[in-house]
Amino acid sequence: MSLSEVFFLIVAAIAIGSATLVITLPNTVHSALFLVATLFCVALMFLSMGAEFLAAVQILVYAGAIMILFLFVITLMNPQRPAGPDRLRSQVVWSCAFAVMLLLVLWISIQEGAMAALPIAPVSTTPLGLDALGIALFTTYVVPFEITSILLLVAMVGAVVLGRGRVQ
Amino acid sequence: MIESAPTPYYLVLSAVLFSIGALGFCIRKNPLVMFMCVEIMLNAANLSFVAFARHLNVIDGQVIALFIMAIAAAEVVVGLGIIVAIFRLRDSIDVDEVNVLRG
Repeated sequence: MSLSEVFFLIVAAIAIGSATLVITLPNTVHSALFLVATLFCVALMFLSMGAEFLAAVQILVYAGAIMILFLFVITLMNPQRPAGPDRLRSQVVWSCAFAVMLLLVLWISIQEGAMAALPIAPVSTTPLGLDALGIALFTTYVVPFEITSILLLVAMVGAVVLGRGRVQ
Repeated sequence: MIESAPTPYYLVLSAVLFSIGALGFCIRKNPLVMFMCVEIMLNAANLSFVAFARHLNVIDGQVIALFIMAIAAAEVVVGLGIIVAIFRLRDSIDVDEVNVLRG
């Protein structure tokens, strides 16, 4: 087993463990903090695949901006509802069965479909750098890029409208 | 730079993370945690995109992943705004109690 595989397995174990804690811990703040751990592990995965810019954006946008927003809303609302069963037990059982089946289908499609259709090894060993990403973003994908900026503007206006409450 | 692990490893991790996110979305009642599960699922999809981009040595997967991050940010902003608005209206954000389409 090579060094890269060991690194992958350690980071993947942390990612899966903290994702499991996100959905099981009763305290929302703890969930948010373990979500940061999961997102950080995904950033490490991006880094190991040679996508340095995406790793940086992942940490800046997710851990920096989105999680701060989450924690703000959690502390703002302080949801202290009486501790009760989160869902009916039958619902949890069915959800687990659904998740296992989903995982099974994804697993089979990875093994049978995706990896059979793709070349065995990566096509080239020279990783594409930040310059290739920038060129693609501002030539091939310039229209989606502009649409994304409009989408962000709309989301910002929408958040302001939703957040200001009822106008007297 | 160390050589990265084979592509199927990343795809399997992506599948596992996506399933955990889907499971969490089904079993939790707190909309904030449900949003976090959506984030986990979006990140799993991003992981797949970047893994395929690396495998085929094209940049498009990374560009799409970047767009997904921007859309996730927009989605979180609007979603949290809606949650705050609901909380202001009825002091509870339990999704089972918010089941009528009027204030």
